[in-house]
Amino acid sequence: MRIHLSSVFVECQERALRFYTGVLGFQTKHDIPLGEHRWLTVVSPEDPNGTELVLEPAAHPAVRPFLSALVEDGIPSTSFAVSDIAAEHARLERMGVRFTQPPTDLGPVITAVFDDTCGNLIQITQETRRT
Amino acid sequence: MDDVFRAIADPTRRAILDELVDRNGQSLFEICARLTMKHGITSTRQAVSQHLDVLEAAGLVESRREGRFKFHWFNAQPLKAIVARWPEPRPKPDQS
Repeated sequence: MRIHLSSVFVECQERALRFYTGVLGFQTKHDIPLGEHRWLTVVSPEDPNGTELVLEPAAHPAVRPFLSALVEDGIPSTSFAVSDIAAEHARLERMGVRFTQPPTDLGPVITAVFDDTCGNLIQITQETRRT
Repeated sequence: MDDVFRAIADPTRRAILDELVDRNGQSLFEICARLTMKHGITSTRQAVSQHLDVLEAAGLVESRREGRFKFHWFNAQPLKAIVARWPEPRPKPDQS
């Protein structure tokens, strides 16, 4: 058994696709019309056959209160690995991304948290190889 | 002044203030991450939230909403009142 999908709920799939590809730099893997919504997944260009991220429509009424409670407390929906978090933070800020937490050294990891503009906070993490 | 002393009598609450001095204006998530990773404090998120309530009641922390986010800010004013009440005694002129 292996994990081939992970997902985030997004308020608007089209806006999410623009953000996750145009700003974060992921690539569209599947974009299949499915009635009102799409089966929409993206992958990292560093790992195109790796785990796909599903941009899942936030259509269920339970999603909005769930996400807004998490966002209020600064809790990210998921986390992505980066090799140079300072460079990534600077690059994303230049593109207008709002960080709720700038890169913070927590010992074995440096983490930062930003707003994906689609209802989620997303964490990025750089391992420091310290223990 | 009782509530200020009670608030800073707890080591977890002092650690929260230490971290807010390091960077002011943090989410609950960031405060919890710092307490766990930098101080080895494994309190639940709910417990940390209650500590923040105590600090807020004492005026040492203010929480403010910015759009959909909520951030916590350190306020040193209540501590200044303590220093003002018990200032360092001035040296007597004949000792100089």
